[in-house]
Amino acid sequence: MNKELYNYILSIADNCLILGQRLGELCGHGPTLETDIALTNISLDLFGQVRSYYQYAAKLVDDKTTEDDIAFLRNEREYVNALLVEQPNTDFAFIMGRQFLFDAFHLMLLSELQKSHDVTLAAIASKSIKEVSYHYRFSSDWVRRLGDGTPESKERMQAAINDLWAYTEELFYQTASEKLLIEKGIAVDLSQLKASYYQNITDVLEESTLTIPDSKWFKKGGKEGIHSEHMGYILSDMQFMQRAYPNMKW
Amino acid sequence: MVVEKEHIDIRLRPILQKVSDPEIPVLSVLDMGVVRYAAIENDIAIIKITPTYSGCPAMDVITEDIEKALSDNGYKASIELVLSPAWTTDWITENGRQELEKYGIAPPLDPDADKEALLGNKKIVKCTLCGSTNTLVVSQFGSTACKALFKCEDCEEPFDYFKCLK
Ligand SMILES: [Zn+2]
Repeated sequence: MNKELYNYILSIADNCLILGQRLGELCGHGPTLETDIALTNISLDLFGQVRSYYQYAAKLVDDKTTEDDIAFLRNEREYVNALLVEQPNTDFAFIMGRQFLFDAFHLMLLSELQKSHDVTLAAIASKSIKEVSYHYRFSSDWVRRLGDGTPESKERMQAAINDLWAYTEELFYQTASEKLLIEKGIAVDLSQLKASYYQNITDVLEESTLTIPDSKWFKKGGKEGIHSEHMGYILSDMQFMQRAYPNMKW
Repeated sequence: MVVEKEHIDIRLRPILQKVSDPEIPVLSVLDMGVVRYAAIENDIAIIKITPTYSGCPAMDVITEDIEKALSDNGYKASIELVLSPAWTTDWITENGRQELEKYGIAPPLDPDADKEALLGNKKIVKCTLCGSTNTLVVSQFGSTACKALFKCEDCEEPFDYFKCLK
């Protein structure tokens, strides 16, 4: 099996899976009907993208492995999503802040991944980027509305950005497999995107009349399988059916 | 994974024309533009379909419905999902756009107009009931991934708008 490619696919897909799961938790709990529908729609898009990635990854393993095995039967240390996407749903400002910081990254990643020499990854990227443009529009719009809103919404949006800032740098962390694939023109060289990412989010945050955190302290670990305490809870919820009734199908 | 150009065998066209999108029953999968390739090779119908949105739950049902329609007409089917080139709302046929509107879903605008409409900057989406463009975006995300929710300020009816995907 092409282990580097397999790991690389998971490093992109696991972000979509875990964020999709987080957003799915909000089904029926959105602050208004419209935002509730939006959050679950975004969740569904992310799950759809995950399926394409996992189907591809499963084929690399062997004939028997399925997308469901990859989604549901790994242990915590085998998931390689960034810490940002596993952060819990607290208030709506936090949810939108998390989404915005991820969407801005996701959009840039997919834009480059479309040029990958791996045709399957390029195809999934071209498909997904259209959906992610809508996600980014939605989340950046809410960051502006809340940031440039009432004193309370501004305070909450600022608090969310301050908290989440520490998770942004990890999005650009490159694993050993990734570095090997960059040379082959398959993986995206994230180091090339970092400066424009911070420029893009700074522009939106300034428009939102928010202060850019000046902290230089960043957390990382997720992309190497070392997660925050929240991850175990997400997985126990998400994997429950497969663990309780092995091989169950819809 | 890749199908460059749409190709539908003339013998399969009438069969596929009768298979509809389960979420929008008035629209055939051909008018929707999700069937990219349909040919007969050694008595087996080779079909390639592409999803509208990645997470579209209708795709599994569409696959089963195509399989059944072909089998009712004596064909064994081999159906494959392709992702590239990615589906665009441009592939909805003119007939499809008319059917959508009759069904109560405003057809997609071009990308720039779509953006203006969804951000609420311009009133250009036509109410499917009374035809007025005095309409308001209620939610950029609607009942399914492909739609946004609008409301007409003249006749006061809510309606769906099929978002441009390009
Ligand atoms: Zn009207």
